[in-house]
Formats: sequence, C-alpha cells, structure tokens
Amino acid sequence: LPEDLYKDPGTAYIREVEIGKGAKAFKVGGTNVLPFHLFEGEMRHPPRIAMEVLDVKPEDWPESLTKYFAEVLGDPAAWAKKCVEVYGAEAVCVYLLGTDPNYLNLDAKHAREVVEKVASAVEVPLIIWGAGHAEKDVEVLREVAEVVGDRGAVIGPVEEANHRTLGATAMGYGLPVVASSPIDVNLAKQLNILLENVGVSLDKILMDPSIGALGYGLEYTYSVMERIRLAALYAQDDKLQVPFVCNVGREVWKTKEAGLPSDETLGDQEIRGILMEAITSVALALAGGDLFIMRHPKAIELTKTIISGLMQQS
Amino acid sequence: MGLTGIQIMQKLPKTNCGDCGFPTCLAFAMKVAAGQVEIDKCPHVDPAVKEEIAEASAPPIRTVVLGSGEHQVKLGGETVLFRHEKRFENPTAVGVRVATDMAEEEVSRRLSAFKRCRWERVGVQLEPQMVAVEDAGSGKEAFVSLVKRVREELPEAVLVLMSGDPEALSGACDLCGEHRPLLYAATLDNFKELGELAKEKKAALAVKGENLGETARISEELLKMGLKDLVLDTGAQSVRELYEDQVIVRRAAIKKRFKPFGFPTITFPYRYARDFLSEAILAAVLIPKYAGAVVLSDFRPDVLFPLFVERMNIFTDPQKPLVVEEGIYPINGPDENSPVLITCNFALTYFIVSGEVEGSRVPSWLLIKDTEGLSVLTAWAAGKFGADTIAEFVKKCGIAEKVKHRKLIIPGYLAGIKGELEDELPDWEIVIGPREASGLPAFLKEWKAA
Ligand code: B12
Ligand code: SF4
Repeated sequence: LPEDLYKDPGTAYIREVEIGKGAKAFKVGGTNVLPFHLFEGEMRHPPRIAMEVLDVKPEDWPESLTKYFAEVLGDPAAWAKKCVEVYGAEAVCVYLLGTDPNYLNLDAKHAREVVEKVASAVEVPLIIWGAGHAEKDVEVLREVAEVVGDRGAVIGPVEEANHRTLGATAMGYGLPVVASSPIDVNLAKQLNILLENVGVSLDKILMDPSIGALGYGLEYTYSVMERIRLAALYAQDDKLQVPFVCNVGREVWKTKEAGLPSDETLGDQEIRGILMEAITSVALALAGGDLFIMRHPKAIELTKTIISGLMQQS
Repeated sequence: MGLTGIQIMQKLPKTNCGDCGFPTCLAFAMKVAAGQVEIDKCPHVDPAVKEEIAEASAPPIRTVVLGSGEHQVKLGGETVLFRHEKRFENPTAVGVRVATDMAEEEVSRRLSAFKRCRWERVGVQLEPQMVAVEDAGSGKEAFVSLVKRVREELPEAVLVLMSGDPEALSGACDLCGEHRPLLYAATLDNFKELGELAKEKKAALAVKGENLGETARISEELLKMGLKDLVLDTGAQSVRELYEDQVIVRRAAIKKRFKPFGFPTITFPYRYARDFLSEAILAAVLIPKYAGAVVLSDFRPDVLFPLFVERMNIFTDPQKPLVVEEGIYPINGPDENSPVLITCNFALTYFIVSGEVEGSRVPSWLLIKDTEGLSVLTAWAAGKFGADTIAEFVKKCGIAEKVKHRKLIIPGYLAGIKGELEDELPDWEIVIGPREASGLPAFLKEWKAA
C-alpha cells in the first residue's frame, strides 16, 4: 500500500511536561501524531493514570467503589499508600474537596496537613487539586505549594479568575499547573496565553478541558479535545501544544447509572461503573488525553490494558 | 466532495419543469450537490447520467444496507474523519456471535441477551443490531439450522453468515430470503466463487485479507466483478494493528478517495482479547474510531449499556443539541398543591430530571425553560438561565394559575442565584433542590410532607 495514501503526520510536537521529581517522575506529551497513530509518527510517552484520594471521607461514593478503600477512607495518607502499594498507582491526585466553601469549608491548614502526610507516605508524583473555588484555591494552594515545593507536584485548577496569583505561586516553586477552562478551544488557548504572560512556561502547563462523563456530555469534550489537538499538530497553534489532563473519576462516579444497584435490566453495578469510567477515559485518550485521574482500580487496569495494546511495539 | 451544483445542472434536462419539487433544475442540482436530495427525484434524467451523478455524489464510504423492511441496518455512509466536521452518519452496528459448536444453552443465552439488552435513554433507542452465525465445521446442516433458528427467534437481527463453505452460505442465504445478510468472507483463495454467490443472492460480502494490502487487492478484484456492497476485515493481528487499520482505511477512503477502501469495516474484538471486559474496552475504541460493525463474543447488560451510550454520544449531531419544548410539564398528575420545579430544555437534562420526578411518584409540575439546548450550568454561564430570564419565564408561563402555593424548586447547582431570583420574583419562595437529579425522589417526598 503506497504510504502517501494514508500517512499524514502532524507538523509539530506536543510539549513534554514532567510530572513529579526524582526516580518516580514521568513525562507526558511529546507526540507529533493523533493519539496512537504510531504508523506515522511517535508518542514518546504513553497516557498515564493518577489515582484520586480525597482529603475527607467521601459521602456519596457507591459501595462498588468504596469497598476497595474501606479501611483507609478518611485517612488520605493510608489511602494514597494503598493506591501505590496495592493498586500500583503511578501518581496520586489529592482532591481537596473538604476545603470547598460550599461544602465543609476546611481551612488551608487542613489542606497543608493532608498534603504533608500524603507526601511523606508515597514517593510517586502528586497532583494537588483544589476545590475549584477560584478564591479559596489561591489561599489553599499557596499553603500547599510550600509543602510540596521541593518534592514537586502539579497544582491546580488554575482558572482565568486566579491565574495571576496561582501562576506566581507555581512559578515560585517551579511547579506545573492544571489550567482549567470550560470545554472551549479559544478559552483553553486564552488561558495558556494568560499564564505565559505572567511567566508560566508552556512546558509547565497541563490543559484541563472540563470533561463530561459518558452519557453526560462526553461527546462535547471529545470533540473540543480533538479540535485542540488538530490545531496544535496541524495548524501550528503553538499555544495549544500542551498535554491534556482529564479528571474522569469524579464525573463518572456521580452519575446515576454508576450508582444504580445491580438488577436484571442494567446488570451488575460494579461492572457497569467500571466500564463507564474506563470508557470515558479511553474515549478521551482517543481525543488526545495524556493524563487521567481515575478512581476504580479495575477501571484503571482496564484502561492500562488497552493503552498498552494500542502502543505495543510491532 | 463529488460534483458541484453547476456540474450536476449541466447534466439535467434544463427544462425547469418543476416535477422534482424545485422551481428550477439549478435549485434542484444545488440540493443534490449538498447531499440533501437524491438525484432520483428528477423523473426525466437519463439513467446513465443518474448513475454517474449518484456515483460522484455518493459518500466516500459506501452505505451498505443489510436486513429488510423495518429491520434494516445501514453500515458506513461516512463522509468525515472527525465528528465536529459534520457528524458521523450510521452508528456502529453491534452484534453477538453464535456458533455451531456452542452448547445449546450458550446459544439460547446469547439470543435472549440480544432481546434483553435494549434501553431507551434521552428519547433514543439503545439496541443491538446483528447476530453473527459461525460455521465451526459441524457441517452445512448444522449451520443452516442455526441460521434458521436465529431468523425465527430474532427476526429483527441482521445476520453475518460466517462459513468457509460456499454451499453452506448459499443454503443460509436462501433461508434469509429478502432479509439481506452479510456473507463472511471473501479471501484471496475464494473471492471469485463468493463474489458470484453474493451477486446471485443479492447479499453483501465481507472481504478478509491477511493484511491491509491484501484486503485492498481482494476488494479491487470484487469491484471489477461488479460487486458494490462490500465490508472490510483487514485481518489485523494485534490491537494496535486493528486500530491503525481502521484509521488508515477511513483516511485513504475519505482523503484520497481510494476506492478499494471505500467501505465500512467489520471487527471482532474477541480475537484480540483475553476476557470479556478487555474485549468490551477494545470495542469502546472501535466505536469512535471508525468500525462499521463490531461483533462481540457475548452480551451482558452491564457491558452493553455503557457501550451503547458511548455510541450514542459519538454519533449525535454535534451541531444541534437535542432539545425539548419550553413549557409546563405535568408529571404524575399534579394539582394546585403539587411542587413546582424548573430546569433547562437540554434533552439530556430534561430526560434525567423528568425520569427522577416520575420515579418519585410525587405529582409535580416541571417547568422547562428554553435555554437553546444548553445544560443547567452551561446555560447559566451563557446568560440563558439566570435569575432575570428565569423570572420572566415563570411569570409568563402561567404556572401561577395552576398552583396555590408560591414555592419554586431550582437546581442545586444554581444555589448562587437564590437571592437574585427572590428579588426578581417577590411573590415566590425559592427553594434550592439537590445538585444531582438522583437526589430528587428523596427531596420531593419530604417536600410533600412539609
Ligand atoms: C457539555 C458542556 C458544554 C457544551 C454544551 C452542552 C449543552 N448542551 O449544554 C458546550 C461545549 C457547548 C459548552 C459550552 C459552554 N460551557 Co459548558 N460544560 C459542559 C459540561 C462538560 C457538561 C454539561 C452537561 O451536559 N451536563 C449534564 C447535564 C445533564 O447536567 P445538568 O443540566 O446540570 O443537569 C443535572 C443537574 O443540574 C440536575 N438538575 C437539572 N435540572 C434540575 C432541576 C432541579 C429542580 C433540580 C433539583 C436538579 C436539576 O440534574 C442533572 C443530572 O444530575 C460542564 C462540565 C461538567 N462536567 O459538568 C461544562 C460547564 C457547565 N460549562 C461551563 C461554561 C462556563 C461554558 C461556556 C460559558 C464557556 C464559554 N464561554 O464558551 C459555554 C457556554 C455555551 C454558549 N453557547 O455560550 C462551566 C460553567 C461554570 C459555572 N460553574 O458556571 C462548566 C461547569 C465547566 C467548568 N467547570 O467550567 N459546555
Ligand atoms: S424535475 Fe428534473 S427537469 Fe424538471 S425541474 Fe426538476 S430537475 Fe429540472
């Protein structure tokens, strides 16, 4: 088959962003082709998965998920340790849900303690994810950055509203950031530009396109990510040549279908939930996702299996 | 793609007779070029020209139609590589395999799973389409009788007939009659014979090469023999190859108009998987990335449901979100004391919320405000579901005449607009509902008691 019939590699590369420091660090990005198009270019790094740990005991997780963490929920350090030692997590994302002013409104000191404990319990790279409240996150992540400054961690979400302060904090410690924008090509690009303007290098940015779960807006995120990736690789849009991070677990496990009990009609609850989480991640990996935050150990395993299948050396 | 409106117009009678339903030949030609009208609608065009135009304006991936009557399934018909460019046309057909060497109860279990694995979601029907019947070498009789059984028990299923024995395929085809099957598969060794058989039986024919190159070669030979409805199995040896083949076939067909690849593909994830979940997750890759059909080794509701939802997501039209009409929706027979809830007109939101309200059995009024198909928070962020517009709608929709109380339940995610909304609607008390609709049944039951 003549190659010009089907080969059409990108004309640029997605930047490589280093996650963590030291022996367990890894990179994401570094590709010049659409996802898994290995016949025409390279993906220097496979998509990676971080396991999510909450700072407080989750209230609304279904049992099909909590049973894997039963004895460690409410103890973030032990929880993180279990993710790494039992489930082989390559990275841990600490979601500081408890600091949300609309929820428990726990203070920055609480966040600091949680992160300190997790940081000393595991060696894998950390992602510290604030509550998603622009003002509160500034306060909280500033405090946290002090703790993780030396060992390195990704911090976020940075939004347009707090990009100056959080950008400065991240730069102060040389930390990469999660740049969150609501599923829109231009908004994603604009936030990257804004961050660059305050001095954050594109090599330190992971784009979070705000994902929708399977059945809950997945297709919108899928297409926005595809468009961003096409612009980055084929239209020399250098502000978009940045890897994606997709926060999958929390979107999937709050859906109705993941929580419905087992029955004749929809089958086994756990299998259904596992597939919903794995399919969301896999679909978004096909659209360009580089780093995934997930919850269920078996969904993660399944996602890893297919990624390694797609990347197998021939 | 294809011919322009002007080019098509040149080939029409140019009488502007109007029999096609358009005032002029040019107007008609423009619609044909845009793919919105079939050339057949002009009764006066020369058959040879018709053929030529149909050919040129056909999608680069041929639409292969299987089945019959109301039980038709279309494969292919795709015109783009990415769904944001247009939309994906025909959802990947999903099928289950049964074989002549399977124990009776294994076959029964699959056929009954085929019947059971169907759901309605957001007004869309989620269901399987195909059964692949495989001749595992137990002879023609066994094959034909299994096909007969599937036809009888599942008249809606379109069939993939898989056998290396042309006699067996021929017998099975006769059984299918009008119900057009897909014959699997023409290889380098047997394509002449199977090509003739497919022609004679008016069946669609799958091509199976050892690799991409060989697949192209067989496809080309069959095209030369005059076959039109082909389906491709590229003979991939690994997960990676299978995925890459899908991309290559689609690209070559769409970007280069490479004829031998201008057909939908058929895939068998079980050939590459250790267990059923790995098979399912491979299917989840093949659905967005271009498989025309996916045949699974088994059906389970907990696996099929997520796969079907993925397929629905990927194949929806990205240009227009599904919407429902603005208005007052009575649920469970409400009266003047029933709770009033408000949400947006994004179909997904509507179906989720109304489903929960219905499930609660609490008689309720659901107000649907036109938000141009945007979800609650998206609409709010876009200025289409803020306090001002909600207040205006509540005032004009007429709910005040239907209920005696003045309590309005708003989505939990809109808690922030409570104060503002109370200012805009001074007669009303604004009640913040749960964030997720799944919290509604419990919430509504309490509301009633209060
Ligand atoms: C898909 C999506 C889009 C799609 C649109 C999809 C659509 N048809 O609405 C697109 C890509 C077009 C889009 C655009 C934008 N989006 Co948008 N989008 C999303 C996304 C990923 C999912 C939304 C969704 O479909 N949810 C599923 C539906 C079913 O949810 P829902 O309507 O809220 O309903 C649930 C509940 O609210 C509740 N509920 C609903 N009704 C009721 C009623 C009552 C009484 C009760 C009690 C409960 C209840 O039940 C439902 C299920 O549990 C979310 C992020 C996320 N993961 O949620 C962002 C999000 C909603 N978008 C956001 C934004 C900002 C935008 C834009 C303004 C960005 C921009 N400037 O371009 C635009 C605006 C659009 C425009 N035309 O201008 C923000 C909103 C921020 C905020 N907190 O206000 C979000 C949260 C992303 C983010 N994190 O920043 N978006
Ligand atoms: S029916 Fe044919 S000839 Fe008559 S106006 Fe239409 S295109 Fe022209």
